[in-house]
Amino acid sequence: MRAAVRLAAWLYAIAVYGFIFLPVVVLILFSLQATSFPIPPFTGPSLRWYQAVLSDARLTSALVNSLLVAVLSSLASVTLGFLSAWGFARFVLPGSALLRGLITLPLTVSYLIIGMGLLVLFNWAGVPKSLIAAGIGHVVINLPLCFAIIYSQMGDHQINIERAARDLGAPEWKVLLMITVPVMAPAIFAGFFLSMTFSWDEFVISFLLTRFETTLPVEIWNLLRSGLNPKTNAVGSLVFAVSIVLVVLFELTLLRRKPA
Amino acid sequence: MSAPLVDIRNVSHRFGHLPVLKNVSLAIEPGSYTILLGPSGSGKTTLLSILGGFVTPSEGKVFIRGADCTAVPPAKRPTTTVFQDYALFPHMSVGKNVGFGLRMQGVDGATRTAKAREALALVGLADSFDKKPHQLSGGQRQRVALARALVIEPAVLLLDEPLGALDLKLRRQMQDELKAIQKRVGTAFVHVTHDQEEAMALAGHCVVMNDGRIEDEGPPERVYARPKTRFSATFMGESTILAGKAGETQDGRVAVATRLGPISLPGTAPAGAAVALAIRPEHLILAGAKGDVALGTARVSDVVFQGSFKRVLATSAQDPALQFIAKAPAPATVQAGDTVAVSCDAQDIILLAD
Repeated sequence: MRAAVRLAAWLYAIAVYGFIFLPVVVLILFSLQATSFPIPPFTGPSLRWYQAVLSDARLTSALVNSLLVAVLSSLASVTLGFLSAWGFARFVLPGSALLRGLITLPLTVSYLIIGMGLLVLFNWAGVPKSLIAAGIGHVVINLPLCFAIIYSQMGDHQINIERAARDLGAPEWKVLLMITVPVMAPAIFAGFFLSMTFSWDEFVISFLLTRFETTLPVEIWNLLRSGLNPKTNAVGSLVFAVSIVLVVLFELTLLRRKPA
Repeated sequence: MSAPLVDIRNVSHRFGHLPVLKNVSLAIEPGSYTILLGPSGSGKTTLLSILGGFVTPSEGKVFIRGADCTAVPPAKRPTTTVFQDYALFPHMSVGKNVGFGLRMQGVDGATRTAKAREALALVGLADSFDKKPHQLSGGQRQRVALARALVIEPAVLLLDEPLGALDLKLRRQMQDELKAIQKRVGTAFVHVTHDQEEAMALAGHCVVMNDGRIEDEGPPERVYARPKTRFSATFMGESTILAGKAGETQDGRVAVATRLGPISLPGTAPAGAAVALAIRPEHLILAGAKGDVALGTARVSDVVFQGSFKRVLATSAQDPALQFIAKAPAPATVQAGDTVAVSCDAQDIILLAD
């Protein structure tokens, strides 16, 4: 009886993980197939389609665009998120709880709504569709995330450390740069890498807010419109690989605990 | 007469509607070791924060070296604080921690290193320059915090329960070192504690605080031997407290009516005033050689052996509400359940307004 339960549990676990990861495995597997159609049987590994992706100017420029948008929007998100977290943690503000709720609210709003709202707003303000517009959209979705991560790590035990720095003659900006930022570095890096991850494969906002120059997920979507193509598998695998690296970096920085 | 180094004038402070300091005035002399002693909630830490510039008082002024520092921020006043949790910068080496204040003053790297090494040598940590704070023990971190605060040569060093996080043995050892270091550098130290033994051991000037007020201040010997208030008689060391009513004062002696009978002692008090008589444990005499004031008999309820002496608790036979706290020599044969005659010398009785 117990053996049966164990077996069922194993089968269930295999089914769950299979369900989650099989599509990715299939994607990567057939990206390594040299034939013109990504269909079974698998006929042996080849980097043909990766070569094709990297020699496709549209895809490589989209890849560079995606990296730029991800890095710059994440830098902006983490800077603004850090400053707002510091403000909320160190100063008594009127309606602090309400304001904190408002700043994290975009986490619960769908990207579609945020993208449409920004589209309407930019139209009205005369801001053209561009990578910058998409970058601003990514700051809107990632700032709350960075704020939440950094705020949760900003404990009272650091207050005296900042006080000590002030007491020893540090002006406020030096306290922030030389004390608070280094002490908070794990949370700041975690926020940065998580923002990178989300910005890197974000589609809806980029799709709505860019026109000629666009990001990789939008370019992949363009590619998919003309039918299933092994190049899409190869570029999809590349996107996935970068995401994995970012997530691992995020986990390493957030979970790394310094011995007190 | 020179002006005091620090002059706290009529300082009051409230947190919201809660008054924590009530019209406190205090002078701190150059090179002195001042202890602010009191239970938690007595306002001693708030007073230290006001000195350090972390709190601006609701009323009153603080002068340091004659300059009004009441609203001067911590960075700009000649004080440094050693925090209870040490507040070392965890991402910097010990040497960089100690050199931080000099760096903020724009002192060049080589001088900074030399001075930081010197300060670390002063606290006995010369070889820890390149270590990180988390590699040090609690007592060592405490010394780094001390070196970091002293290296910029403040006019006043503020210590917020600096020994509170250490175990008893280490606390007594650091206590001696603190006093030695203070003597060597000659900086005025202001040290907050709730430990009366620490206060007596360290203080040049002892300030007893309670409920936002200064109850008593002076050399610890005086505060112990002749406390000014009932609170300081019970907080700074133990006392047996005898309630009474003052009678006539004649020839510098007052007769006090107590439940143990009339007691005549040196001092003055307005006739009819309620007074309290405090007697230190070492002044109570159990049986044996009799003092000149008889305090009736008492039944011993507990004897605690403390190494060099025995602490004796006894309940008065005449007044069951009265607890005697006495100190008997270690070889004394007194036991719980014994009935003993209690007496003392009139000159050892402390007369307090109740």
